[in-house]
Amino acid sequence: MSAITDPPQGSFRLSMLINDTRYRSYTFQALAAIVLALCLGFFYANVSTNLAAAGLNISYDFLGSPAGYDINQRLIEYDSQSSNARAAVVGILNTLLVAFLACVTATVFGVLAGVLRLSNNWLVSKLMAFYVEIFRNIPVLIWILIIFTIMIAVLPGPRAFRGDEPEARMLLDLFAFTNRGVYTPGPYFTRGLGLEGNGGINWLIVLGVLVASFFGTRAVTARANATQEATGIRPNTLWTNLAIWFLPVIVLLFVLGLKWDIPELKGFNFAGGIKVGGPLIALWFALSIYTGAFIAENVRAGIQAVSKGQTEAAGALGLRPGRIMSLVVLPQALRVIIPPLISQYLNITKNSSLAIAVGYADITATLGGITLNQTGRAIECVLLLMLFYLTISLLISTFMNIYNNSVKLKER
Amino acid sequence: MKNTVFFGALAVAGLSAGAAAAGTLDDVKARGTLNCGVTTGLVGFAAPDANGVWEGFDVGICRAVAAAVLGDADAVEFIPTTGKTRFTALASGEIDMLARNTTWTFSRDVDLKFEFVGINYYDGQGFLAPKALGVTSAKDLDGATVCVQTGTTTELNLADFFRANNISYEPVPIETNAEGQQQYLAGACDTYTTDASGLAATRATFENPGDHILLPEIISKEPLGPLVRHGDNDWGDTVRWTLNALITAEELGVTSANIEELAAAPTNNPEINRLLGTAGELGAMLGLEPNWAMMAIKAGGNYGELFEKNIGENTPIGLARGLNAMWTEGGLIYSPPFR
Repeated sequence: MSAITDPPQGSFRLSMLINDTRYRSYTFQALAAIVLALCLGFFYANVSTNLAAAGLNISYDFLGSPAGYDINQRLIEYDSQSSNARAAVVGILNTLLVAFLACVTATVFGVLAGVLRLSNNWLVSKLMAFYVEIFRNIPVLIWILIIFTIMIAVLPGPRAFRGDEPEARMLLDLFAFTNRGVYTPGPYFTRGLGLEGNGGINWLIVLGVLVASFFGTRAVTARANATQEATGIRPNTLWTNLAIWFLPVIVLLFVLGLKWDIPELKGFNFAGGIKVGGPLIALWFALSIYTGAFIAENVRAGIQAVSKGQTEAAGALGLRPGRIMSLVVLPQALRVIIPPLISQYLNITKNSSLAIAVGYADITATLGGITLNQTGRAIECVLLLMLFYLTISLLISTFMNIYNNSVKLKER
Repeated sequence: MKNTVFFGALAVAGLSAGAAAAGTLDDVKARGTLNCGVTTGLVGFAAPDANGVWEGFDVGICRAVAAAVLGDADAVEFIPTTGKTRFTALASGEIDMLARNTTWTFSRDVDLKFEFVGINYYDGQGFLAPKALGVTSAKDLDGATVCVQTGTTTELNLADFFRANNISYEPVPIETNAEGQQQYLAGACDTYTTDASGLAATRATFENPGDHILLPEIISKEPLGPLVRHGDNDWGDTVRWTLNALITAEELGVTSANIEELAAAPTNNPEINRLLGTAGELGAMLGLEPNWAMMAIKAGGNYGELFEKNIGENTPIGLARGLNAMWTEGGLIYSPPFR
C-alpha cells in the first residue's frame, strides 16, 4: 500500500532534466540565471578592463567638489561654489516638484475628461474624445516644445512692460505674464519668527494650525453624525466648519503680520513676488495634458466597469445624477482606476526627465547633464541617475499600492 | 531610457579600448575616410552650404588632415556633435579627431584623457546684446537673464565672472547654438554668451545684425584647437603637424596659388623644401607620403587663407586677425620649425 504513494526512487537519469516536467522548469531557470550572470559579469569585466586601459577609474569624489555652474530654479540655497552633490539635490527637488504638480493636475484633467466623455451631451462627449485622441497620440516631447515655443513667441518680454505707454500691462497690477515666466505676488511676514522674521518656521506654524482645523472639523462632523443617529435630525455644521477652518488661520496670519510682495519691473526682469519659470510651466502643463488624456481613458474604463444596474438603482432611490456619480459610481470605479493610475504617475515622473529640452534644471539636467559633462564622470552619474529614478518610482508604487489596498473590494 | 544610456556608456567604454589599441592612423588609412567631429552648425566654422557640403574654418582643418593622410580632401565624414556629445564621441572612437571650437583646458587634457594638438583660434568669451537694451558693458548686466550653452566652459566662466563682479544673473541653459539664437531673438534672454567668434558668426545670420552689439568685455581665455584621444601619439603627431604645416605655410608665403610651382622642384629655401617634401624624409617619419604637407595646404590653402575665406574681414562674420595673426605680425600664431 505504501509502495503506491511513495515517489519513484533512485531512477534519476540526466535526460529527465529535459523530459521530466518535474525538473524541466528548474533546468531552464538555472540556464537563464547562468546566462544572466555571464552577461552581467561580461559587462562588469568589460567596463573595468577598459576603464583601466584608458587610465580612468570609478570614483565619486567629484560629488564633493564645487559645481562651478549656476542653476536658475532652486528650492534650496545654492550658488556656483556649492558642491556637485548639492546641485544634484537641487535637481532632485526640481524633479519632485514638477512630478508632484503634474500628477495633481493630470489627475484633475483626467477625471474631468473621463467623466465628461461619458456625458449624454453629444458636443461635450465628442470634445473630450477629441482631447484624448489628440493629446495621447502626439509624443510628450513635442507637446513640451510646442507649449514652450508658443509661450516664448506669444507672451511679451519684460521689456514690453517698460515706459509710460507700455505694450503690455500687468493683470490687476498683481500678475505679470512674460515669456520668461509668470510672476505672482508672494506672501511674507513682517512680525514672523526666525531669521529676519521670514524663516520656514512660520509656514510650519501655519501648516500646524491648518492640520488642527482639519481635525476640528472632523470632530464636528463626527458629533453631527452621532446626533443624526440618535435623533434623526442633522445639525447644520456648515458655519461651524467654515469658522474652524478660517478664523484661526486669519488670526495667526494677522499676528505674524502677513504682507504680499508685489512683483515689479526692476532692471532687466521683474523682481519680488514668486516667479514660476517658463520651462516649469511648459513642462508641467505638457505633462499634465498628455498624461491627463491617458488617465481620462482609465477613468472612463473604470466608470463603464460599474454595472448599469447600480446607476439605475441609485436613480430609483431618488439620488440626483451628481450624487449618483460621487456616491455610487466613482467609489466602485476607483477599484478599476487606481492600478493603471499608478503607472501613469510613474510615467509622469520618468517623463519629467525631458526637462532639458526646455532648460528646466531637473536631476537629468544637473547631475546627468552639466555635472556629467563638466566632470566627465559619465558612468558614475548615470548609475546615480538610475538609482534615483528607481527609488522614486518604487516609492510612488508603494504608496499608491497602499492606497489601492484601502479602496479595493474587501474579500473575506 | 536610463538603461539605454547606461549600456551606451558601457559600449562606449568597450569601443574606446579597441580603437586606441589598433592605431587611429592605420584605421583611417584602412577605412579610406576620416571621421571628423564638428559642430552641429556654426556658420564660418563648420556648417553645410546650400548643397550640403560642409565648409568652414574647422572643416578646413579636417580636410587638410584627410588630404595629408589619404591624399583626398573630400574623404571626410563630418559628424555633427553638440557640446554634450563631443567628448563621448571622441573617447568612443566614433570620430578620429574633433575640430569643434573646443577650449583647451587642464581637466580636458589631463582628466578626460584627450590630447590637444595645438591652437587654431585664440578666442575669448563675450556677450551679445540688443542695442535697444542700452547696455554698454557686461558689468551693467546685473539681474539679466543670460542664455548659455550647457556643457561648455562658457557656463563655468559665466558663473565666475558674475561672482567676481558681485552681480546676479539668471542662466537659461540651452543645448545648441540654434536654440540659443531662437530664445535670444524672442527676448526670452537679455543676452547670449559664448565665444566671441561664435557670437560674431551667429550675429551674421540675423535679419538685422546691426541691431545687436558685442559687449566690450572678453571674460575668459578660450584657446580653441583640434584634439584627439590621449595615448595614440602617432595619430596625435599627424594632426599636430598638419596644423603646423598650415601655419608654417603662411609664414613662409606658401599659398594654394603658388604651391604647385614651389613643390615642382627644390627651391632656395630649405625649410620650404622640407615642408613640401622635395627634400628630407619628414613625410616618411610620420608614416605618410612625402608630399603630405603639400596635399594638406592645397586642400584649402594655408592658415591665413582658411581664415580669410571662412571668417575673415571680407566675410559676413568679419573677424579681424587680432591675436590670431602670425607671430611675425604681432599675433600668437606660431609653429615649431620643420626640421
